[in-house]
Amino acid sequence: MPLKYHIHSAPVPNRFPKITKSGVIAWEEGCLKCARCVKKDCVYKVYEKKDLDERQMLDSLDSVCMDCFRCVQGCPNRLIQKGTNPTYKALGDRYWTPEIISNIWFQAESGRIPVSGAGYGGPFSGIGFDAMWTDMSEIVRPTRDGIHGREYISTTVDLGRKLMMLDFDETGKMLSVPPPLVEIPLPVIFDLLPWSPPKEKIIRSMLKAAKMLGTFLTVRASDLEQDMIPDLPNIMLHLDRQLESIDRRLIETLRILEIPSSKDALSLQRAIKEINPSAVTVIRLSLDPGSSTRILELIRDGAEVIHLCADENGLEKAENPLFIKDRMKEIHLRLVEKGVRDQITLLAGGGIAMAEHMAKLIICGADALTIDIPLLVAMECRVCRRCKSGIECPVELDKIDSNWGGDRIRNLMAGWHNQLLEILGAMGIREVRRLRGEMGRAMFFEDLEKEIFATMGKRG
Amino acid sequence: MANDIQKFEFPEVKVAPSRFRHALSKHRITIRKSCTNCGLCIDLCPYHVYEKGKKRPNLSSEHLCIGFACSRNDFFCVRRCPENAIRVGLNPSFEILGDKRWPADLLSSTWHMAETGSIPHPSLNYKTGDSGGGFDRIRFIFPPDRISKISKSEITTAIELNRSGDSRPRVTIPIPLYLGGMSFGSVSIVTMLSRVRAAAALGTFCCTGEGGYPEELMPYDDHIITQVATGLFGVREETIKRVRIVEFKYAQGAKPGLGGHLLGDKVTPRVAAMREAVPGSALFSPFPFHSVYSVEDHKKHVDWIKETNPRALVSVKVSTPTDVDMVAVGSYFAGAHIVQLDGSYGGTGAAPDIAKKNIAMPIEYAVPKVHRFLVEEGIRENITIIASGGIRTAYDMAKIIAMGADGVCLGTADLVALECIRCHHCESGRGCARGIATTDEELTGLMGLEWGTQRIINMYVAWRDQLIDILSRLGMKSVTELVGRVDVIAHLDYLKGRDIHGELV
Repeated sequence: MPLKYHIHSAPVPNRFPKITKSGVIAWEEGCLKCARCVKKDCVYKVYEKKDLDERQMLDSLDSVCMDCFRCVQGCPNRLIQKGTNPTYKALGDRYWTPEIISNIWFQAESGRIPVSGAGYGGPFSGIGFDAMWTDMSEIVRPTRDGIHGREYISTTVDLGRKLMMLDFDETGKMLSVPPPLVEIPLPVIFDLLPWSPPKEKIIRSMLKAAKMLGTFLTVRASDLEQDMIPDLPNIMLHLDRQLESIDRRLIETLRILEIPSSKDALSLQRAIKEINPSAVTVIRLSLDPGSSTRILELIRDGAEVIHLCADENGLEKAENPLFIKDRMKEIHLRLVEKGVRDQITLLAGGGIAMAEHMAKLIICGADALTIDIPLLVAMECRVCRRCKSGIECPVELDKIDSNWGGDRIRNLMAGWHNQLLEILGAMGIREVRRLRGEMGRAMFFEDLEKEIFATMGKRG
Repeated sequence: MANDIQKFEFPEVKVAPSRFRHALSKHRITIRKSCTNCGLCIDLCPYHVYEKGKKRPNLSSEHLCIGFACSRNDFFCVRRCPENAIRVGLNPSFEILGDKRWPADLLSSTWHMAETGSIPHPSLNYKTGDSGGGFDRIRFIFPPDRISKISKSEITTAIELNRSGDSRPRVTIPIPLYLGGMSFGSVSIVTMLSRVRAAAALGTFCCTGEGGYPEELMPYDDHIITQVATGLFGVREETIKRVRIVEFKYAQGAKPGLGGHLLGDKVTPRVAAMREAVPGSALFSPFPFHSVYSVEDHKKHVDWIKETNPRALVSVKVSTPTDVDMVAVGSYFAGAHIVQLDGSYGGTGAAPDIAKKNIAMPIEYAVPKVHRFLVEEGIRENITIIASGGIRTAYDMAKIIAMGADGVCLGTADLVALECIRCHHCESGRGCARGIATTDEELTGLMGLEWGTQRIINMYVAWRDQLIDILSRLGMKSVTELVGRVDVIAHLDYLKGRDIHGELV
């Protein structure tokens, strides 16, 4: 069997105690001192494992409790209660919810995918990515790719421009020059961070993970340091400085570079190609209602990869902004209609917070995506954004050990990779390249509501 | 047969209180020291919250207190207490209970029905959850002039499961529901038997799930659906011949397109023997059936069962992909009597969270889609549609029937009746801490068979009462009249006030 892409994960402990959803409140006053206290009968031995965390002076009780309520119901004088943890509720914001943050923490710590008993317990649908469902392959219908063991599912994507046909001369010699391509084994690139505490250690953690995973970390030219040079094969250099001011040998070594949004992005692309014709160039655009028109121009003029960036909540720049998945659908379909979609690669990012967002954005038309905040959350960030105003990071992200950080990010990506395989397997699709733009294999809230519910309550 | 079913005697309701020291209650009552133990509150309270105590009344049934809603009543103990010693407040632990789909009110009201067999006071919301969509935004439109001439005794809730017109027996159940598959191994033998015995008492069925047919079930053969799933665990010619309905499980709503996985810890010697496997080693049910890649293969499967057991009906359980309507038609042409649509928000012993939330569609979309399509194809009258995966209450059941199902299949509701609190930890360690979904001997011992059986009976008797009430208010004599009547329900997000004539409930 040929070598398969597999991310080896292993547990990587937290540095700070977990922030749990609820806590145990046990009063001493009124205790009857029963011979057989309910605390001794705890199935999960919560009270035996009870310990005081010296660093935080916090009770470990809450993080072991599994909410079975047996002690709450069993204590004769009702001295044990459960209460919500206000710190948990206050995590993140409306988009980066406490559930999303703790889900990322779990994966980064354990390297496993979240599995639980009982059915889904969340809202019927929600904003953004929660307003769509992916399809599955029911068995009384043959599937396009057949059904495969998950070890045969590929998550590799190529980045670059593609030729739609090859030209040959009379002797059969190929005249076309295929443009350069780079391949990444999972459809994720690490993006620039929207905010962070002082980032020397953070960048190095992310770079370690990118290297282990075989993908790229986007690094600003102004942040590039001497010690990162050996890792250039895993760096996508973001040109925030004049090309001329950067060491020519660096440009010659890089496999992929990102050009910030500007009118003359393509002349910069040509300048890069003169130095290193085998490098792939990416043009960064902020997502807005005019994106598809701009992309059509860029395709016409020779762009290879376009990176569309929404804000941290997945919204485009506009007065009444669309969510990234909806704008991607429009862009993808317009490019398909014009017959040019396959010539270029579309990267998209902003608001990608969970593994399912990956699959869903690809279904809506992205070839691969870029992520940012989850990388910080993997390293215990609480999305409090205090660093934006220069306040000290409560989890000391500026002081992390980069090996620890790299392993945490690797664990998170191992979890996301496995979950992507689950979705592809359920759909009967053998490679993630075939998932792109498969909107017919997804179900959208707006469509289903209109079809099913809007007609209710009417006679006839 | 129809007459027999009219005469069906439903089992008696017997009170089955919580098996834990204190039932979890929405309200918390405190009696202060100034209490003189005069006993007035004990006499006043019609809900029997208090019991005589030594120094002051005992709060023996705090969970039956209706809370602030009681302040309108003459017997409101807080106001009537001569010493002003009683206080009622919300129980802080209640906030932690449950989730969006099964909020604490829904859990509590289900426990109330399982304990008493009666419908709870409206101070508990027993009709809808807090998910913000689907069932939770759908209401019945009850006609304003409620001169329904139909007396409740004239209303029938029976449905026929074999509508194919073939020569196989007719199978009628007196309530439009049966209980879904939970394998031996995923739940304890006490849980399994409680469900089976309740199904037998209610004149309906309970499915074995994929884990074999323990011999304890044999006295109830006529009320058992045996499951043939992709792992073929415990499937024998002999078990297929025992039953009146055989179910093919193609997929499960909570993990569509994914196989089953029983962790090694749960594979005890007994479980292993039943499944013809090795104790302690994890068992996987693959996805899909590797012998079925087309409707023709599927028909071959159905024929195999029909040949093995000439009196059995065949049910096909599928989940809800985008072309679920085509899947249902395929099942009909393969010769199935019943197609069970299992929605994506259904239950499971363990599944990846990503699958529960994102893959395949909720049952509220799937049933109307399939119903309409089968009507257009002219075959709706010849097949029974059973909806499952996210049916939590009698109201959900009635709503999905109005959306096009003939009946429903339940699982999670039974477990809640047995005092499941939806902690979502069925799979970890020794299994369920409340002794429901476990094979650990000590934990299994937390529950008795008589108690378990009675709790499930009580709940469904209360469900039936609610269904009859709904039918009566709609002026319908039979639950079969409700099928596909989307004109009697409305979605709160899309209804236009002027279109609605009646009360929204």
